[in-house]
Amino acid sequence: MADLEELYREIILDHYRSPRNRGELDSPPAHRVEGFNPLCGDEVVISMVVKDGKLADLKIGGSGCSISQSSASLMSAAVKGKPVGEVRQLINTFKGMMSIHEATLEHDGDRDGAEAAEPEEIDLDKLGELAALQGVVKFPVRIKCATLSWNALAQGLDEVAAEAS
Amino acid sequence: MTPAPTGAAPLNVEALRKDFPLLMRTINRRPIVYLDSASSALQPHAVIAAMTHYYETTHANVHRGVYATAEEATALYERARVVAGRFIDAPDPAREVVFTKNTTESLNLVAHTWGRANLRAGDAVLLTEMEHHANIVPWMILSEEIGGLDLRYIPIDDDGRLVLDDLDRLVDGVKLVGISTMSNVLGTINPVSHIAEVAHSAGAVVVADGAQLVPHAPVDVRSLGVDFIAFSAHKMMGPTGIGVLWGRTELLDAMDPFLGGGGMILDVKLDSFRPAPPPARFEAGTPPIAEAVGLTAAIKYLGDIGMDRIRAHELALTNHALARLDEKLGSDVRVFGPPAGPDRGGVLSLAYRDVHAHDLAQVLDQFGVCVRPGHHCAKPLMRRLGVQATARASLSLFSDERDIEVLIEGLLEAGRLFG
Repeated sequence: MADLEELYREIILDHYRSPRNRGELDSPPAHRVEGFNPLCGDEVVISMVVKDGKLADLKIGGSGCSISQSSASLMSAAVKGKPVGEVRQLINTFKGMMSIHEATLEHDGDRDGAEAAEPEEIDLDKLGELAALQGVVKFPVRIKCATLSWNALAQGLDEVAAEAS
Repeated sequence: MTPAPTGAAPLNVEALRKDFPLLMRTINRRPIVYLDSASSALQPHAVIAAMTHYYETTHANVHRGVYATAEEATALYERARVVAGRFIDAPDPAREVVFTKNTTESLNLVAHTWGRANLRAGDAVLLTEMEHHANIVPWMILSEEIGGLDLRYIPIDDDGRLVLDDLDRLVDGVKLVGISTMSNVLGTINPVSHIAEVAHSAGAVVVADGAQLVPHAPVDVRSLGVDFIAFSAHKMMGPTGIGVLWGRTELLDAMDPFLGGGGMILDVKLDSFRPAPPPARFEAGTPPIAEAVGLTAAIKYLGDIGMDRIRAHELALTNHALARLDEKLGSDVRVFGPPAGPDRGGVLSLAYRDVHAHDLAQVLDQFGVCVRPGHHCAKPLMRRLGVQATARASLSLFSDERDIEVLIEGLLEAGRLFG
């Protein structure tokens, strides 16, 4: 069960059992965005407040498997209160950790590769606790679970930026 | 294990397992325990060999060439039609069996052709709460196209059986009834012939989704009393890429074509065409020929064993599995669907403690156990059951008691891990 324990690290199980920043903020003023995996029904609802260039607050709702929900919880702890630019960087770094496999899954490796594959050196130190999720790449089908909340957060930041401009 | 119904000699599972090359595989250094036949079945060597032999000795396009292999390919393709029709006791197999891609395409064909010609805005269509998306969404697409159907659903009770108390009221004024023969989530085998009878007296046409029942039990369309039935080869140990739509001659005769192209016409002019009679009318383009050969081999394989024996084996193993799960896991495990009995097929959708189905399936994979996690393309049913997903173990003629023990071992490990 070595692989399994690599996937289900204690820290992942901890965030699954006791998710951080769980709940929903009043929307408006908070911006609300949903991430949905139609294949498995996993669902993440993020409500977020961007203020003075910072992701001032966010809450996570939804339900799903341990990977999708712990990833959302770990993400919320990592990005809350951070400047938006830093959050975007972290999203890229995290998706980089997952990306080669995701690109292979989605596109059979023959296109869009330039965008998603070939991640720059991933600095695992920067990821802190999030590095616990790297075991997921050994289980390609589950990568979509791990990236669900990150994609939703990126979408939410885009929407907020678009509204502001 | 509970005894098989009388008249059905038990299967020699040990010998049968040797027929399936894929069962020789190991997964994570353990022998594969394939419990996902409801999603797609494994193929016996005979099916693979028949298709290889066809490609190596016979392949040519059908219904065109006059050379020897073209004649042979055509004969094999048309023979598959008759074999598939006889398998469900169709009165006139050569005319009533349409080859499609799969069950989904068969049901879409009915919605697209019969539905489009016969349903108007406001007409009522009666489905069930346990339908697969393939027997819901095509009717919704049609509904949007024609300005709104009155979609009704036969509800289910907490055991996962259809509630028929209100059937007379529900069926009143209905033009079409779409019903699953056996639920791909609950394993419930529905009283299709009774519902068809009531539907017919209300003047409705009945289309049955046979995807789960046809591969696992004797099915004959005459006693079912339906007007259409759809099923897929790959769920009955044949290849992917070919499915069947059986329909009554008089209905097929009156239906417009589905896809346009070669093979489905009598004549084409610059401004018009005349369609071919059924079944060719519904089979535009080069059909799945090798797959038809594989389907013939699969039906022969199942027929040689005997559908009644297969059903008896799977029913007995279902009963055994339900009892063992209860004995070993008690109230930690919830199996959806009816209790063991004659209206229960070999589909075991599980919820184990509060472990998510995907996590369960992931842990089971480490034991070599293949189950399907998710909503099983039945989201309305999932909502009714109050779950997001289940882990589904489904049985086959080669499943046995050892498979159930490994499943339980894996569930216990998941409980330990997520405890």
